[in-house]
Amino acid sequence: MSMTLAARIRALPFGGASRHVAWFLRRAIGGAAVLWAVTTFTFVVQSLMPGDRALLIINMAAGNITNPSQAEIDAVNAKYGFADPIAVQYLNYLWRLLHGDFGVSYQLHRPVIEIVGAQILPTIVLAFSALLTAWFIAIVMTVVLAGRANPWARFASGLQIVMATMPPYWIGTILLVTFAVFLRIFPVEGKNSLIGLVLPTVALAIPLAGFIGLVIQQEFVRVLEQPFVTSSRARGMGDFGVRLRHVLRHAVLPGVTLSGWAVGSLFSGAVLVESVFARQGIGGILVGATSARDVPLVTGIVVISAGIYVLANVLVDRAYLIIDPRIKLA
Amino acid sequence: MSRADDVGDPASRPLLRVDSLHVSFGRDARENAVVQGVSFSLAAGRCLAIVGESGSGKSVTARALVGLAGARAHVRAGALEYRGRDLTKLSERDWRRVRGKEIGFVLQDALVSLDQLRPIGKEVGEALVLHGEAGTRAELAERVIDLLKLVGIPEPALKSRQLPHELSGGQRQRALIAAALALDPQILIADEPTTALDATVQAQILELLNETRQRGKALILISHDLAVVSRMADEVLVMRHGEVVERGQAEQIFRDPQHEYTRRLLDAVPSALSRGTRLAPASAPALYAPLLYSSRDDDLRPTPTTANGPLLRAEGLVKRFRGPDGVVRTVVGGVSFDLHGGETLGVVGESGSGKSTLARLVLALERPDHGSVLLHGLPWTTVSERERQPRRRRISVIYQDPLSSFDPRWTVDRIIDDCLDGALQSSARRAERVDELLDLVALPTTYRRRRPLELSGGQRQRVAIARAIASKPSIIVCDEPVSALDVSIQAQVLDLLGDLKEQLGISYIFISHDLGVIHHFSDRVLVMSEGLVVESGDVHDVFRRPQEAYTQRLVAAVPRLRHARSTPERRLAE
Amino acid sequence: MSSSAVTLPRRVSPRIWDTIAISGRIPLRVYLAATVIAFFLASAIAPQLLQSHSAFKMDLRATLQPPSFSHLFGTDQAGRDTYSRIVSGARQSLSIGLGATALSMTVALFLGVAAGLGGRLVDGAISRFLDVLFAFPMLFLALLFVTVFGPSVTTQIIAVGLGTAPGYARMIRGQVLSARGAGYVEAAVALGHPFPKIVRRHILPNALHPLVVMMTLGVGQAVVWASGLAFLGLGAAPPSPEWGALLDAGRDYITRAWWLEVMPGVAIVAFALSVTVVGHHLQDRLEGRIDA
Repeated sequence: MSMTLAARIRALPFGGASRHVAWFLRRAIGGAAVLWAVTTFTFVVQSLMPGDRALLIINMAAGNITNPSQAEIDAVNAKYGFADPIAVQYLNYLWRLLHGDFGVSYQLHRPVIEIVGAQILPTIVLAFSALLTAWFIAIVMTVVLAGRANPWARFASGLQIVMATMPPYWIGTILLVTFAVFLRIFPVEGKNSLIGLVLPTVALAIPLAGFIGLVIQQEFVRVLEQPFVTSSRARGMGDFGVRLRHVLRHAVLPGVTLSGWAVGSLFSGAVLVESVFARQGIGGILVGATSARDVPLVTGIVVISAGIYVLANVLVDRAYLIIDPRIKLA
Repeated sequence: MSRADDVGDPASRPLLRVDSLHVSFGRDARENAVVQGVSFSLAAGRCLAIVGESGSGKSVTARALVGLAGARAHVRAGALEYRGRDLTKLSERDWRRVRGKEIGFVLQDALVSLDQLRPIGKEVGEALVLHGEAGTRAELAERVIDLLKLVGIPEPALKSRQLPHELSGGQRQRALIAAALALDPQILIADEPTTALDATVQAQILELLNETRQRGKALILISHDLAVVSRMADEVLVMRHGEVVERGQAEQIFRDPQHEYTRRLLDAVPSALSRGTRLAPASAPALYAPLLYSSRDDDLRPTPTTANGPLLRAEGLVKRFRGPDGVVRTVVGGVSFDLHGGETLGVVGESGSGKSTLARLVLALERPDHGSVLLHGLPWTTVSERERQPRRRRISVIYQDPLSSFDPRWTVDRIIDDCLDGALQSSARRAERVDELLDLVALPTTYRRRRPLELSGGQRQRVAIARAIASKPSIIVCDEPVSALDVSIQAQVLDLLGDLKEQLGISYIFISHDLGVIHHFSDRVLVMSEGLVVESGDVHDVFRRPQEAYTQRLVAAVPRLRHARSTPERRLAE
Repeated sequence: MSSSAVTLPRRVSPRIWDTIAISGRIPLRVYLAATVIAFFLASAIAPQLLQSHSAFKMDLRATLQPPSFSHLFGTDQAGRDTYSRIVSGARQSLSIGLGATALSMTVALFLGVAAGLGGRLVDGAISRFLDVLFAFPMLFLALLFVTVFGPSVTTQIIAVGLGTAPGYARMIRGQVLSARGAGYVEAAVALGHPFPKIVRRHILPNALHPLVVMMTLGVGQAVVWASGLAFLGLGAAPPSPEWGALLDAGRDYITRAWWLEVMPGVAIVAFALSVTVVGHHLQDRLEGRIDA
């Protein structure tokens, strides 16, 4: 029996890994391309900023509108490279990015990467725990209630729509007011402790749980009717067993695809929720930077979070392949 | 719930006894009886077949026997006994002990009847695990491999780790049967077990089921395919609209059917014997045809061509496709044929033979990689789409699934009107023509405002036919036009196509996997396998005296109606 | 069977009002939702009719009053009636939502249809572009715009509009692609119809008929996001009664006067929910009609 070269490689002891490596490399290159496009896009947008930037920086440092001399303006221009032609600015920008230099904040006068690095962890923790919580809620609701005729099931569907529509800052506000003001259970300020994580996580998780729930419930109900489920019942599997062991795996697939996009949505929501609970994280920094028109800081945060999004998507795709082995790694 | 099972003589006691089985859905005023008054008894080593068309209730009956009629079903019976044990009073928990262990169930199309995300071995071993007979991991794996060997799957150790889509259709179905036989149940119920399979594979699966019966199991076979039933069954139940219209020994039913419905069903099966006759009782649209040919100058006959040669000539057609894995497959590997005026050319082959792609090449919906097609003597596939557009009206197509070829937002009259000649300007005249076409395909003109989704399968196919002839084509390409229809509807549609052939002088390229249909309908036939024409010629010659090995295998594998009944009074076309 | 000489209406495609007029039970929640929407529309058009007090009138004797009969939703730190402020803010909030949705749909239509109908090159380029836009969390993209162009109502509209456009563009692209690959398109080709005609008569109507529902659902989301931006202090300036600005203003008083923060939020969520309920109902109707 003759084998192709690829088959021979795969037959080697670690040859199987070559497929995984190749897939990863392909995705890494794709991700890098997206990131490059993201940085370019960001550069284009911020170069459209109206008004004189040197003037803006000087005014920001002084705290009010001033009338600087030409020499002062030239000095600022030279320092930030505003006088260079746009192509040169772009290349400098890319070059610095590759070295991890996101520039210096106009407002805080510290390297952007330093500011972001210090604050991004709480946000990631919040987003991640919200993702897990949302999935947990969605799966429990679906496995227990989907496809059933009882009124609880109908209520659950309606509830999921309501959950998906409510913005996280609204839920956060309600939770804050209820628990911290009326019931005085949780601390009002979201400290960096486990307790202070609960309310923000719930606020962020609920809308996502609604979304994921709607999507996987629809798929769940569809898959319940499939012949292979009947086959399993005909072998003696009970209803709950069928739901858990057979249908669930099929039903979560569209939700997994959704999770890639969800990371972006969670970041957006995290900004709002951090604001509601006065919690540490990127959100507060970002909002302050935006209102101060602090371009490097904002673009830095945006590019870094885009990077996290791309990475998250690669991981989500890999997870999808594990759950659904039908698709080859090719 | 165990009564002593060995009371009385076990040999005479039936394995399964059903008396007045009744299944309905909904409650009170909206109660809808799907199965009524089904009675039979089944002994070990015997095969009972339940035959019927869609809506007959046969599948619901089968499922009710294992308590899987559905949560909303009300199942009542005078008696429903397995080995003397009353099944009507079983709790869900008790049912779970019966299913898989006493009664096994096999569904059709293993690709969707097996969990596609789980390896075959897991599915086959599931019953063992559920009923607590799995033992250790190694023991379970070994039993699974034994089961796969039992059903004739090669390399069982390797296959048990693979996913369903990695196996061939036949192997999948065998695995599904293995899963049902895992605990050696006394009764095996098979619901259309061979429907999704090619003829050659179908024969093997039926053989496997037969072996199971010979080992002492009882078999309940649900099928719409009368030929399959005639080969397998000892006893037959014929169902229609939820009721049993006839019941008896197989030989008796096929040789001398008592009920009118059974007779009609048997008459409707197309084969060599039915050639030249009508398959369905006459609601003949032929009655209306003469009215059309009152002195209108723009009637529905195709415009005659001046060319003398064949209507369509295909020369050396080759088409390759690149699959999702990057491998290039040759789907059509060099096909040539001629189509003459007034003849029907059948194209028969199993799945993957390239017949559908050939149809698309002939219709110029795909460009051939090599070779060409000449339509009415003029180049067809080698010219630009713009040049082809005005000529496209001369060749029409009918699909297996007409629904997807209709714009879901359009009504029937718009669908047909769309194909009428642009020269017909007056909207009144166009409306009349649409009515004429609906008459010709025996659809009431009140259906014009309906949408395709509101029609039945047979009605949709009629609309598709009306649309196909609206442009006055000289050739109609039919790609499995009756494969998705019930036998009786299939008969009507075949009769209709035959009538149109006679009245309008249309030539057909008729593609099907069903040899009986081809034999009934075609004049000449092309036998295709793996992209090549293996054999061609007059349909009688090819099917009665096949020369090539493949054709011989194909013809031998197709189950034919045993005990064919003598029918001196076959209705003839007018 | 005689043929009936009847002149056919040329177009028999189902329209939105057809589906509404079709018999069938309308669930209670849809009636409620429609009432809520009507209330807000009325507030936007003629706020004076629904206000209990003037929205801008200050009453320093009645600051920070909790909800009562005289002040339905309480008063703020300057004695202004919260309920009336919400009513008068409806016009601005709804306009922002509608404006953002209109912008979003226009961009999305353009990109989505071009990607769906264009060849592999065009589709590839647009899809890559959409991938890039997707890499930005929606709010971050909006904030980028606000940073560059400064906070204002216009920026709110543009930021939310462009931020939500990629999602819709992808949906529209998917619809167009699946319509293009449908069996009826091939049947039309086999009949000899030229491609532009097929696009006009088959592909676009089938691909775009869910658009109305999409827009309906979109308006709700746009109002939510725009208010989110304003909540962060990046929208219209106070004392604008725009709902998001009210949220921003109420933040400092959460512990003392919760109604200032909660009530505008109730308005936003009520509007978004009602729009969603009506939109889903329309969707069910349209699909039920066509896919019955």
